[in-house]
Amino acid sequence: MTAPNIRQIIFRNLIFLRGGTMKKRFITALLMATVVLAAQAENKTIRVLLANHPYADVLRPLIPEFEAKTGVKVNVESYDENQLTQKLTTEFATRSSTVDVFMTRPLQEGKMFYRNGWYENLSSMLKDTKKTPSNYSFEDYSVSSVNAVTYKNDVYTIPLVTEWQVLYYRTDLFKAAGLQPPTNFDELIAAAKKFTNPSKDMYGIVSRGQRGAAVTQFSSYLYNYGGDFITDGKAVINSPAAIEALKFYGNMLKQYGPPGVTNMSWPQGQALFQSGKVAMWTDASVFLGNLTDPTKSQVSDKVGVAMFPAGPKGNHPYTVVSWGMAISKQSKNKDLAYNFLMWATSKDLAIKAMIEKGITMARNSVWTDPTILAKFDKQLALTAVKIGAIGTPYDRPLMTAVGEARDAIGDVIVMSIENGGTGDIAGASNNATKKVNELLDAAGELGK
Amino acid sequence: MESSKDDPIPLVYIGVLMLDSRFIDKHVRVIFPLPAVLFVSSLMIFPVLYTLSISFTNWNLTSGLPGRFVGIKTYLAILQEPRFWAALWRTLYFTVLAVFIETILGMIWALILNKEFKGKGITKLFLLMPMVSTPVAIGISWTLFYEPTIGLANWALKLVGLPSLKWIADPNLVIPSIILVDVWQWTPMMALIILAGLAGLSIEPVESARVDGAGPFQIFRHITLPMVAPVILTAVVLRSIDALKTYDIIYAMTNGGPGFASETLNIYAYNLSFSYFRLGNAAVVLFFLFTMVMILSYIVARMRTALEN
Repeated sequence: MTAPNIRQIIFRNLIFLRGGTMKKRFITALLMATVVLAAQAENKTIRVLLANHPYADVLRPLIPEFEAKTGVKVNVESYDENQLTQKLTTEFATRSSTVDVFMTRPLQEGKMFYRNGWYENLSSMLKDTKKTPSNYSFEDYSVSSVNAVTYKNDVYTIPLVTEWQVLYYRTDLFKAAGLQPPTNFDELIAAAKKFTNPSKDMYGIVSRGQRGAAVTQFSSYLYNYGGDFITDGKAVINSPAAIEALKFYGNMLKQYGPPGVTNMSWPQGQALFQSGKVAMWTDASVFLGNLTDPTKSQVSDKVGVAMFPAGPKGNHPYTVVSWGMAISKQSKNKDLAYNFLMWATSKDLAIKAMIEKGITMARNSVWTDPTILAKFDKQLALTAVKIGAIGTPYDRPLMTAVGEARDAIGDVIVMSIENGGTGDIAGASNNATKKVNELLDAAGELGK
Repeated sequence: MESSKDDPIPLVYIGVLMLDSRFIDKHVRVIFPLPAVLFVSSLMIFPVLYTLSISFTNWNLTSGLPGRFVGIKTYLAILQEPRFWAALWRTLYFTVLAVFIETILGMIWALILNKEFKGKGITKLFLLMPMVSTPVAIGISWTLFYEPTIGLANWALKLVGLPSLKWIADPNLVIPSIILVDVWQWTPMMALIILAGLAGLSIEPVESARVDGAGPFQIFRHITLPMVAPVILTAVVLRSIDALKTYDIIYAMTNGGPGFASETLNIYAYNLSFSYFRLGNAAVVLFFLFTMVMILSYIVARMRTALEN
C-alpha cells in the first residue's frame, strides 16, 4: 500500500519542523513584528478612489507631498467614471467598503448615495474651526454649486469641477469661409452643411451618439427647444418640444456628422476633432486643454471655443458640478479622510489646476483673480461668465436610477440619428417615457 | 525536545494525531479527492447556487436594502422584457453563425495542415497567434480597423473599389462584424482540434477506397468526414459554449451598441448588474444563459454517443 508511505513521509517532515526551535522563535517574532507594523500602518493609511479625470492628474503627483507633510499613507486607485460608480456602489451596498475618500458625480450617483447613507455628512466638520483650516473658505463655492451637493440643508460633497456645454470650432476653417461661430441652431446647421465633405473625410459637426453617454450632451439641445427630462416628478421626453429636439439632433448628426457617430462618446469625438476631421464639436468645457495640446492635437493652434448656440426657445445649456469629492460614511478614519479632503479641495490646488491644466474649478475666487485669468483661455472664460445667468443646473434626469434612465433615453437618440430625425420618434420616446416613469415609481420618486 | 508550553501549535497536534491513527488508511478514498471537491464546490457549485438564490429576490443595490424574496416574479418580469428576447435571439444568431463558419474554415485548415508541405511549422505558429492574444486588446484593435472614417477595413474596401461600410456602427452589420473577429480569433482552435482528430485516423480505409477508384471528394465525404465527426462535434460543443458566453470582445468593441444592437445575454446581464445595479434581474438572465449552455451540452453529448455507436 502506498498510503502508509506517504503518511510516514509527512510525519517525518512534521517532526523536523517541531525540532527547529530557534528558527521557530525567529519566525514567531517576525510574524508578531509584522502584525504590529501592519496595525500601526493601518492607523495612518487612507484609501482614496479617484476618477480618470484631468483633476486627478493634477492631484496624483502631489500626493507624496501630502504624505510627507502629514505622515499619512495614501493608497490611491483610479477608475473610469462608470467603473468608479460600480466599484463604490458594490462596496458600499455590501457594507464591505474600506474606502475613505472618493471622487463622485453628484448628478449621476448623488441621489442614490445620499438616500442610502453612503456619504458622510460634512456640514458639522465644515463649521468646526479645529478641523477645517482657517484659509479653506467654503463660502468660496457658489450657491448653485453648493445646492447641487446639499440634501436637506446639509452638505455631503465638496464641489470640485464645474462643466458646461460649449461649441468647439476650427478657427482656420471659419475664417477661410468668412463665417462667425454659430449663435443659433440655424447658423449651426448652415455651418455644419458647409464644412461637410465626405469624399475628403471631413464632417461639419460631431456630438455624442453613444446610447447612455449621448444623453448629457443632448440635454442642451433639449433645453433650447423648450424641453426637459422630468417635470413635476414625471418623465416628459415625449413632449412635442422634446420630440422636436430629438429630430433636430438626429438629423444634424446623420447629415453632417461622421459615420459611426452612434458609437461615439467624448473620446471618439475628441479624437476626430484632434485629427482635423470635424469642423465643430459640442461637448463639455473640460476638453479644451486636450484640443490645444500640440502633443495630442494636430489642430492645436486652430481651436476656438464659443457659447453653445441658442435654439427656438432661447439659450439654456447645462452648467453642472460634474465632479466633487466626498468621505465614505463607512470610513474608519474620518479625521484623516477629512484632512485629505481639505487638502485635495484647497484653494491652492484649485489655482494650480486652473493655470496648469485649464480645468474649470468650482471655486468662485479662481474666476475673479486677474492673475489667474490672465493665464486662462479668454474665450472659455467668456463663456463661463455668460453661462452663469442662463444655464440649466443639470444635464441628465435627476433620479436614483440615472444609469438605466440614460440608456432608455439614449436609445431614442440613437434611433433618431440612425433615421436622420425621421421615423417613429414619438413612439420610441413614449416607450422611453414609460420606462423612466417605471424607474421613478420603483424608487418612490414618481410625481415628487 | 523542550517544554511543551510554547511547543507545537494545536493544529500540528491534530495533524500528528490523525497521521498516527489509521485515519488516513481508512479514509483515503475521501481524503485524496477532497481538495478537488472543495475547489469545485466553493468556486463553481456555490456561485451557481448563490446566483440561483439571488434570482428569486428583488435585490437592487440602488435601494441600499438587502434583497427580498419575491419568488418567480423577477422571472416573469424578465420574460416580458423585449430587451431580453432581443438579446436572446442575438446570442443565438451570433453563436450559430460564428460556430458554423469556424467549423467550415477550421475543417479546411485542418485538411491543409494534415498534408506535408514546406513551411508547415511556421504556418501553424501564425495560425496560433490570434488564439493566444488578449481578447480586450483584440477588441480595441478591431474597433480601430472598423472605424468608418480612418479605419483599415474601409481603406481596404476602397482599395478594391467597393463602397465603404459602417461596420460596428451599423445596427444590421454590427453582429456580423463581431462574428468576423470571433472567427478570426477562434478558427485556429477548431482547426487544431480537428487536425488532432485527422491525425489519429487510420489510413487503411482511405487507401482501399482509393484503390477502388474513389475520388478525393468522395473519400472526404464518405470516409474522412464520418470518421472525424465525433471530434468535430466535440469541437463544436466546446466552441458553442464559449461563443454563447462571449463577453470581452463585445464589451470592448461596442458595449452592446449602437443602441442595443449588439447586446447579447451576457452584456445585458452585465448592464443589469453593474450599470443598473439590479442584481436579481441579472441573476435571472444568467440563469437562462446557464440553462442554455446545459441544454446544449446535453444535446451534443447525446448526439455524440449516437454517432459513436
